[in-house]
Amino acid sequence: MTNLSIPEIPFSLRFVASSRRIFRWLTSTKVILSLIMLVILFYMVIVPLYRMLETTFTYQDKDLFRVPTAEVGEFTLFHYIRMLTSEYSKPYLRDPLVHSMEISVGATGLAFAIGGLLAWLCIRTDMPGRKLINQLALLPYIMPGWTIAQAWTVLFKSRITGGLPGVFEFLVGQSPPPWLSYGPVPIMISSALHYYTFFFLFISAALMSIDSNLEEAGDLMGANRSRILRKITFPLILPALLSGFIMTFSKVMGTYGGPALLGVPVKYYTISTMIRSAINIGDKADGFVLAITLILFAMVNIYINQRLVGTRKSYETIGGRGFVAQQTKLRNAKGLLTTLVVIFQVLVIVLPIGLLLYDTFVLVPGNYSLDNLTLHNWIGESVKNINNGSPGILRNPKIYAYAWNSIRLSIWTALFTALLGVILGYAIVKGRGTRLAKLVEQLAFIPYVIPGIAFGAVYIAMFARQMGPIPPLYGTFALLVVVSVAKHIPYSSRSGVSAQLQVGRELEEAAEVAGANFWQRFRHIIFPLTSSGFVSGFLLTFITTMRELSLIILLVTPSTMVLATQTMRYKENGDDQMANAVIIILIVLVTIGNFIIGKFRGGSLKKGLGM
Amino acid sequence: MSKTITIINLSKHFGKVIAVNNVSLKIDAGTFLTLLGPSGCGKTTMLRCVAGLEDPDGGEIYIGDKLVFSYDRGISLSPAKRDLGLVFQNYALWPHMKVDKNITFALEIQKMDKAEMNKRVKESLAEVKMEGYEDRYPREMSGGQQQRIALARMLAYRPSVFLLDEPLSNLDARLRMDMRSELKRLHYVAGATSIYVTHDQVEALTMSTNIAVMKEGVLQQMDTPDRVYHYPANLFVADFIGNPKVNLLEGKVERKGLVNMGTFEVAVDTYNTTGKVVVAVRPEDITISTSPEKGAVEFTAYSVLPAGADTTIIAQREDISITVRVSGISHLKMDDKIWLKFDAATLNLYDKVSGKLITA
Repeated sequence: MTNLSIPEIPFSLRFVASSRRIFRWLTSTKVILSLIMLVILFYMVIVPLYRMLETTFTYQDKDLFRVPTAEVGEFTLFHYIRMLTSEYSKPYLRDPLVHSMEISVGATGLAFAIGGLLAWLCIRTDMPGRKLINQLALLPYIMPGWTIAQAWTVLFKSRITGGLPGVFEFLVGQSPPPWLSYGPVPIMISSALHYYTFFFLFISAALMSIDSNLEEAGDLMGANRSRILRKITFPLILPALLSGFIMTFSKVMGTYGGPALLGVPVKYYTISTMIRSAINIGDKADGFVLAITLILFAMVNIYINQRLVGTRKSYETIGGRGFVAQQTKLRNAKGLLTTLVVIFQVLVIVLPIGLLLYDTFVLVPGNYSLDNLTLHNWIGESVKNINNGSPGILRNPKIYAYAWNSIRLSIWTALFTALLGVILGYAIVKGRGTRLAKLVEQLAFIPYVIPGIAFGAVYIAMFARQMGPIPPLYGTFALLVVVSVAKHIPYSSRSGVSAQLQVGRELEEAAEVAGANFWQRFRHIIFPLTSSGFVSGFLLTFITTMRELSLIILLVTPSTMVLATQTMRYKENGDDQMANAVIIILIVLVTIGNFIIGKFRGGSLKKGLGM
Repeated sequence: MSKTITIINLSKHFGKVIAVNNVSLKIDAGTFLTLLGPSGCGKTTMLRCVAGLEDPDGGEIYIGDKLVFSYDRGISLSPAKRDLGLVFQNYALWPHMKVDKNITFALEIQKMDKAEMNKRVKESLAEVKMEGYEDRYPREMSGGQQQRIALARMLAYRPSVFLLDEPLSNLDARLRMDMRSELKRLHYVAGATSIYVTHDQVEALTMSTNIAVMKEGVLQQMDTPDRVYHYPANLFVADFIGNPKVNLLEGKVERKGLVNMGTFEVAVDTYNTTGKVVVAVRPEDITISTSPEKGAVEFTAYSVLPAGADTTIIAQREDISITVRVSGISHLKMDDKIWLKFDAATLNLYDKVSGKLITA
């Protein structure tokens, strides 16, 4: 063999060589994309969080009344002392915190019971109509989160709480007990009826991926049914269960709609409604202290859950998809269970929408008899003593403007989110194993742990004035897009990663060897192969943005009002029928959007959710 | 058209794992070089470094006269500028493109004109005997057909270097045999310098003009198949190449030209060595007889395994077990007494400590 050696390189050239190496690393596609993502994540996540913290530690304009010696912008622990130890602590922070915990625990438990049972019935039994239930389970993604709460008020509002009678009182002739009209119980139930789908989807996916041979092996060894359930099935679906817990718990913690509709009228405040009222009266810093409390609780919750599962037990997909499900015969219980499930679905879907719709046809509020029906709320001219003189919804130009705002907010958000998803997915998957990619992945996860209303609060602090190259955005439509995109980053990065993982790296490398540059590879290979993931991500974001409330309630202004926030405003002004009409329009729009987008390239909600 | 490939002191590690450790190779133009070794020996990483899909941590690579990679100079050309084609283990056909699109992708990037492109598609499909498959999607073809298309895709843009990463390992045994001869023929016709990665030593022996055996990122031996088979540079190579495996017998040189195995002695060529050694002898280099013969050693037939063309016999003597291969079907029975005779010219002697071939 010839003796091969590399000639010595002069010192001056070594410097050139190492700068070339660094330059090459910096300009490699995955590094550039990761760095761009880092900058974006820095601006969208880190800076707002920092600005929020900063606000809580400095005196604000309003504090000058309380502390005469204070100077605006000076460092202080004033807000923390005020919120944690003063006489304000109990009504502003401690009681709402207890309430938030109360409803989160209650709603999560109830949602788990419903979702788990439905998942088991759908995947592991011979119950008729399983397919239909499977599809209906996605409906709550389409309906706004507070739909059931709003329908609840139509049914159970009562004169005891100083309002008009609801349908229940009208039919029965008696007021419903106060605990059923407002307060923790209805909030818990209405939230659980909305969020049970997380458990349903997670658990049914987990049940499907368990090879029932694992259970049969236990069966052969003589374990009885409950023992198998406890010792084999349950531990196997535990990771999925905990994902459901984390998701539901932090969603309910950060939810605004339900507590606002069913809690505020009886002064049952949660952290989320308290944040809004603090910020509305100008106590921004106090509101931020509450938001930070909420974030800390959400983080502790996730931490505890992860400790409980432990990384060693994360065997979510063992056995792959090739399952041979052994189906339990329901026998005698079949009829009963099926009836119960049908009743449940009616309760969750048909009844709420029916109630809301019926209420919009009522002329004199509180009178639900057939001769009081009218189309006035929809198409009537302005009449002085009805609905504070506003015309029917369909004649109100503002509603069209708000609907257009909703639609373009959803489209822009979905577009940017799906795009970010593709780029994040590419950067994370191609950089697997590098610290840079890991950092990007972790930063992208942060918005997940920040409850919706707190995230909105974060964005008030940010962008109120010029930030580097970014102009002040408060009150602009762009801010709503930015906050919605930011909140969706964790979902888009997750679905982006799973889409990229499906494209084997050889497919791109083959194109690279064939001479294609990054843009050609992206256009001809990567994008066509991930487009169904792109569309699914677009669809999911479109729908969730359209009916998003908690996130943007603090950020909308009259000119950037969307349908979801307008519903709340009508509610707050006591125009219940208008509010109900708007939520119906919202549901119709979302459904149409779902239908249209689903037509493209095999996009589906389920795929968008990473299932 | 074909080019030499020169690899100098190439190194690549992933974290703490050293995948390629200071490897130097010179591959002459037109050579079919096989990188052979067990999985994880760094052969695929080597190939990917040559292709430009990995950035090595040290060394230089020349393709022809062109320096395509140099750590010390900070040079690394993109795969596209290295004038090479790569066939992947899992074919990596683009699933959303039909066969013709798969083939013309690279040509379109080169902005070739339509007529020439169609001609190339026809030609390359003919070369892999897949005429008429232009309109198929990859999933509509069998694994063997997909592999042929992957080859055609590479042939169509006529690179001067072919890189093949275990292209046959996903095929069934029968198809693999057919494809071996096809591939060898393709290389013969195209004449492009080829680097072929495999863990299958039969593939390496049958197809290559040169074999480079690797272990744990270190090049063990680079030679012709004949020399790698008959004069393995060390015990690892001796053990890795050959099926059934080579017999490795530990012994001691007590008198010049004689190795003491404990209960018997074997004559070797005049090696000037002493001390502990390992004698390597291929199963087919041992002659077997059913009666005592001069210089033959008595064994017992522990197991007899006829396989049509040849028979493998496991011979046992106390704790020494030797594999012998004879052609045709043997009529020996188990526990028959047999006498084995070794031919000094076919034996290789290795140093017990260093494992290296003793040549003098």
